[in-house]
Amino acid sequence: MSPGAHERGRAASDHGRTPDAEATVSLSGVPRRRALSLAGLGAVGAASAVGITGSVLRTGGTAAANAAAAVPFFGAHQAGITTPAQDRLHFVAFDVLADRRSDVVDLLRAWTAAAARMTAGHDAGVTGAVGGMAEAPPDDTGEALGLPASGLTLTVGFGPTLFRDASGRDRFGLADRRPPALADLPRFPGDALRPEISGGDLCVQACANDPQVAVHAVRNLARIGFGAVSVRWSQLGFGRTSSTSRTQDTPRNLMGFKDGTRNLKAEDGALLRRHLWAAPGDGPAWMDGGSYAVTRKIKMLIETWDRTSLGEQETIIGRSKGTGAPLGRTAEFDPPDFALPGADGDPAIPVDAHIRLAHPDQNSGAHLLRRGYNFVDGSDGLGRLDAGLFFIAYQRDPRHQFVPIQHQLARTDTLNEYIRHVSSAVFACPPGVRGPDDYWGRGLFG
Amino acid sequence: MRAHRLLALSTVGALGLVGLAACDKSTSDTPAAGGPITVNASDSGCEISVNRASAGPVTFKVTNKGAKVTEFYVYAAGDRIMGEVENVAPGLARELRVELPAGTYETACKPGMTGRGIRATFTVSGSAQPLTADAKLKQATDSYSRYVQSQTAALLEKAQEFVDAVKAGDVAKAKALFPVARTYWERIEPVAEIFGDLDPKIDGREEVIEEGMEFTGFHRIEKDLWVTGDISKSGPMADRLMADIREIVAKANAEQLSPLNLANGAKELLDEVATGKITGEEDRYSHTDLWDFAANVEGSKAAVAALRPVLEERAASLLSTLDTKFAAVDAALGKHRRGDGWKFHNELSQADLKELSDAINGLAEPISQVAAVVAR
Repeated sequence: MSPGAHERGRAASDHGRTPDAEATVSLSGVPRRRALSLAGLGAVGAASAVGITGSVLRTGGTAAANAAAAVPFFGAHQAGITTPAQDRLHFVAFDVLADRRSDVVDLLRAWTAAAARMTAGHDAGVTGAVGGMAEAPPDDTGEALGLPASGLTLTVGFGPTLFRDASGRDRFGLADRRPPALADLPRFPGDALRPEISGGDLCVQACANDPQVAVHAVRNLARIGFGAVSVRWSQLGFGRTSSTSRTQDTPRNLMGFKDGTRNLKAEDGALLRRHLWAAPGDGPAWMDGGSYAVTRKIKMLIETWDRTSLGEQETIIGRSKGTGAPLGRTAEFDPPDFALPGADGDPAIPVDAHIRLAHPDQNSGAHLLRRGYNFVDGSDGLGRLDAGLFFIAYQRDPRHQFVPIQHQLARTDTLNEYIRHVSSAVFACPPGVRGPDDYWGRGLFG
Repeated sequence: MRAHRLLALSTVGALGLVGLAACDKSTSDTPAAGGPITVNASDSGCEISVNRASAGPVTFKVTNKGAKVTEFYVYAAGDRIMGEVENVAPGLARELRVELPAGTYETACKPGMTGRGIRATFTVSGSAQPLTADAKLKQATDSYSRYVQSQTAALLEKAQEFVDAVKAGDVAKAKALFPVARTYWERIEPVAEIFGDLDPKIDGREEVIEEGMEFTGFHRIEKDLWVTGDISKSGPMADRLMADIREIVAKANAEQLSPLNLANGAKELLDEVATGKITGEEDRYSHTDLWDFAANVEGSKAAVAALRPVLEERAASLLSTLDTKFAAVDAALGKHRRGDGWKFHNELSQADLKELSDAINGLAEPISQVAAVVAR
């Protein structure tokens, strides 16, 4: 093993995240992808490569090392929820084609095995992109060869239609296991939902610090699923719009504002227990330790927003565009003071400002763990950016969290003039996979 | 063929007296001793003079006494085609000579040339010698070569009818024959594609024609038929198509195929469906893509059927997956039948196309594993 690999491993452990590529070697033997990448470095010139890597690591600039490291796949909760939000997203929703329950179980087992491998930086299959027979298509598609794990997380969820399809059929004998919290979302005022990019029987959220790694994961899972599932819709996101850990800076969404300042974060132990994780007694036991994801593709009317004055933009959001501070306060993390009057005597944060309407104080204390991403799907044929926010929020029970908050926003938020909700979905994300013998959803199907 | 016959004889000998009576009966039905087995096909029936034979060459004489054009098939397990005659017009008789090792088969008449046909069991006894692995592969390529021959024979016939209609200026008839003639082409397209220079002349689409090369073949005439509706000058183009088809048929029949050709061909045919037919690119003027779609799938199925004994031995679960997934494709496609043909591509909704695409993906992924099984 080259010194570079050793350094990378140590740096990752120093920062509290075990490099899972090492921990899960027993899954498959050689971590093929990384072995290849190191070979590549060697060819370029071992000395200079090691020098660069070493200096980056020593100066405590561990961002690069952390960005490359593996996130543990196995655990009580699924990764990809409180994991510090990675930079890139590929989210995919599937419809189940198979009509036998055992086919769904086989798929989930195969997905779990491939996910355990890919999140550790390995190829999707055992022989890999280049290790198989010349006559056979490789069991990994190969575009991640040489790339590190890149913080890849894969998070699975089950949609309402898995339990009872649109025609009311209980295809897999699961109807009595549907959690009450996995209720269909109501229609909200202003919804412009497109059915073909909404809903889904299953979802996979792939987040990584390298877009190629996220796309590789979804592509290989979709390939494994051919015949059993069909991709219903998918969405790429290119920049996180929330921080889910206090170690992260707050990013900006495409409106140019810091987003997710008041988000639930990995460090909020008690709040997470109260607002994020399904607990015993909430519903069916198979969801204990799981969480519910709501996704909304929110298209932004970028051009009209850009023509809006700075002052108006700030009163619509309720924050200063530069610092992110709540209006009337000075620093980003200052708590907003909704009673504070502005220069004109009206509240500094208007009664219909976005942060007021979305704030827990205005929503019976409801919090969300937001994990959204900016998206740009090219342009719309009229020369306008087809862009916005792919909103993802995790929570303990959407009926008491996302739904009341969104009702309030949909009715009164001034921001609605500049956005359109075009897709919507809700998924029950089961607890984590406990070990190599476990699989996604075993509690539900077992 | 000679080996088979010798094998059959020695086994019959070993059976001795016990088997004699049965042998006497069945040998009297074999072509050598008693002439061909007669098949009287009608629009609703398929009478076969005897339903057993001894191993070796068996000849069927198929007479069409119905009003619809018919076909006659001999299938092994999994609908592996051991032999077939296509396009038996009403009133005509055709012979099918087929080499059958011991086993249970099905015969089928297909009045109207559609569906599963009118089936009956056909038993061949006498030689139960298991084949070696190599012999099974040889049997696979032989079986597929027979398929190629039957398809090319039908292609020559139907393409000529199409060409004649074009030259006669009969637009309606030429339009009706266009997808039918193409069916035989599409079933064996990967074999045709071995001959890289001829394939684009026969089946090249307008945008894939290289600079300096003329746009010819099926799609050129398709454009004349459907876009301008003027085929008064298409005669020479039709003659060229026929000449190119004759040339490729001669080459295809002379080609010695390998088992890997079969395996890859089965996959390539589905790739054809996924890239050209589901998108409606192939037959963009006529929108008869579903005829091609069905023919590609049938061709793929025929290649897998030829490999069936090998797959049974080496990858039984893969084979059963393929059977299931072929059935799923057939079911999805079957929804779009209309009469003896298919709906037009532009009559299908996006949801219809997605369902077909899902079914093809579900089949193509396991089928891509076949080549490695054959190669090992």
